[in-house]
Amino acid sequence: MQQFLTTALTGLTQGMIYAAFALALVLIWRSTRIVNFAQAPMAMITVYIALVIIDAGYSYWLGFAAALLSGLLLGAVVERVAIRPVEDKPHINAVILTLGLFIVIHALAAVIFGSNYRSFPAPFGLSGFRVGDVNVALTGFSVFTILAVLAVMLLLVLLFRFTNVGLMMRASAFNQEVARLLGVRVTRMLTQGWALAAMVGSLSGLLIAGGNLVHPSYMDSVVVFGFVAAVLGGLDSPIGAVVGGLILGVSLSFVSGYIGSEVIALAALVILMVVLLLRPGGLFSHAPARRV
Amino acid sequence: MLDIRDLTAAYGPVTALDGVSFTAPEGKITAVLGANGAGKTSLLRTISGLLRPTKGTAYLAGKDLSRVPVERMSRLGLAHVPEGRGVITELTVEENLRLGGLGRSARAKPADLERIYTLFPKMADRRHKTAHVLSGGERQMLVIGRALLATPKVLLLDEPSLGLAPRIVAQIFDLLKSLVESDGLTIVLVEQNARSALSIADYGVVLNLGKLVVHDDAAVLAADDKLRHAYLGF
Repeated sequence: MQQFLTTALTGLTQGMIYAAFALALVLIWRSTRIVNFAQAPMAMITVYIALVIIDAGYSYWLGFAAALLSGLLLGAVVERVAIRPVEDKPHINAVILTLGLFIVIHALAAVIFGSNYRSFPAPFGLSGFRVGDVNVALTGFSVFTILAVLAVMLLLVLLFRFTNVGLMMRASAFNQEVARLLGVRVTRMLTQGWALAAMVGSLSGLLIAGGNLVHPSYMDSVVVFGFVAAVLGGLDSPIGAVVGGLILGVSLSFVSGYIGSEVIALAALVILMVVLLLRPGGLFSHAPARRV
Repeated sequence: MLDIRDLTAAYGPVTALDGVSFTAPEGKITAVLGANGAGKTSLLRTISGLLRPTKGTAYLAGKDLSRVPVERMSRLGLAHVPEGRGVITELTVEENLRLGGLGRSARAKPADLERIYTLFPKMADRRHKTAHVLSGGERQMLVIGRALLATPKVLLLDEPSLGLAPRIVAQIFDLLKSLVESDGLTIVLVEQNARSALSIADYGVVLNLGKLVVHDDAAVLAADDKLRHAYLGF
C-alpha cells in the first residue's frame, strides 16, 4: 500500500512537470506548426540565470521570478530573431532551426556557466509527511510543483477564455488570414505566444531543477517525455497536453516502481504506440471539421 | 466610396488583375461577376492588401490603400469576408462575433452583440457552442454579422452563396439589401451566381481574364443577352 501510494504521488508530481513542458510545446505548435526542439535548452539557460542569482546570495524566489521573466524575454527574442525570417518558408526549415538552436544554446551554457554539475536549491522540504506510521512520499516541494503547474494552467485558461488578447492569440493560431482581416496583429500575437510558451518551459525547468543537480543537458530527457505527452494529448490541445503529461508521469512511475527504471523509455514508447493506434490524432484531437 | 484605379496584380508570373478601374458608390451594392479565374477573388484580395498590387491603387473614401497593412484595414472601415473560410470553427459563435468588434473602426461605438442576435435569433441560442455546429447558411450569416460588428463603411463579400440552397441564398441577399438601406453600407459582392447577384445589385462589373469587360447599371447588364451568354452563363 505504501509503495503504491508513493509511486502514484511521485508519478503525479513528475506528470505535472511533463504537463508543463508539453504545454509549452503545444502553445507553439498550434500557433506556428513548429515543434520547438530548443524548448529544453531555452528553459535550461533561464534556470542557470536563476542559479546565478541564488548563488549570489539573493532569495530563491528572486531567482525563480528572474527565470520566468527571462524565459518570457528569450521566447520573444527567439521568435523575432530566429523564427520570423523563416516563417514563410516550409515549416521544416524552422524545425531544423530549433534543432540548431538546441545545440547553440547548449554550447553557450557550457561556455558561460561551465559543464559541471551544480546543485540547485529547493524552497520547500524534500522529505515526506508522516501520517500515523505511514510515510507519504509527498514532499513540500512536490506539493509546490503540483500547485505551481495548476496555477499556471488556470492563468492560461483565464487568459485564453476571457481576455481579448487571449481571443486574438487563439484566432491567430487557428486562422491567420481571417484574423488579420479582422484587425488582429498576427505577428505580435505569435511573438507573445512564443514568450508565454518559453515561460511555461522555464517553469518546468525550475521544477525539475529544485533540489537536484543542474548541468547544460539536465533538461534533455524531458524533451522526449514532454513531446510524448504532447502527442498523446493531440499536439493541438492544451488540455490534452496536461492530461497526456499526467498519464505519462503516473504510468512511467508505476513502470519504474514495479518493473524497473531501466524500461522507462521503452514504456513511454509503448504507451505512445498504443494510444496512436487507437486514436491516431491523439486523445484530445478535434473531430475533423465539417466542410460546408 | 471605393475607387479602384488601374489595379494590377500577379501571382508570380501569372497576371491576376490587369488594369481594372471602377467605382463602388456609397450606399450601393456593386456586383463583381465573371467566370472562374476571371480575377474576382484576386480583386478583393488586392483591395484588402492580402495581395499587393504591382500597379494602381484602391482608394477608400479618398485614402490610398496600397501601402496600408492588412491588419489596419478593418480600423479604416474596410471589412473583407473571404471565400468559404470566414468562420473560425474552433472558436464559439460569440467569440467569432467578439473578434469582429475588436477590430472596429477607430471612432465607432463598442460593438453591439445584441443587435446581431436579434438579426439572427438562431445564433443567440448557440452563442457558447463552437461555430462548427453551424450549417453553411448560418456560417455565412455569422461572418456577415461579425463583419458588421467591425462597423465597416465598405464590405467586401466573396461568394456568399457558394454551396448554399437557393432559399438560403435568397435570405442572405435580402439581409444584405436591408443592411444597405439601414446602415448605408457600401457592398462589393463577388458572385458566380450572376442572376441572383444582379437581382439585388445596383451596379455590376464584369471581369474576364483579369480585365474589366463592362461596368454598368445592374439592370442594363441583366438585360444584355449577348453579355449574359458570353460571360455570365444564364
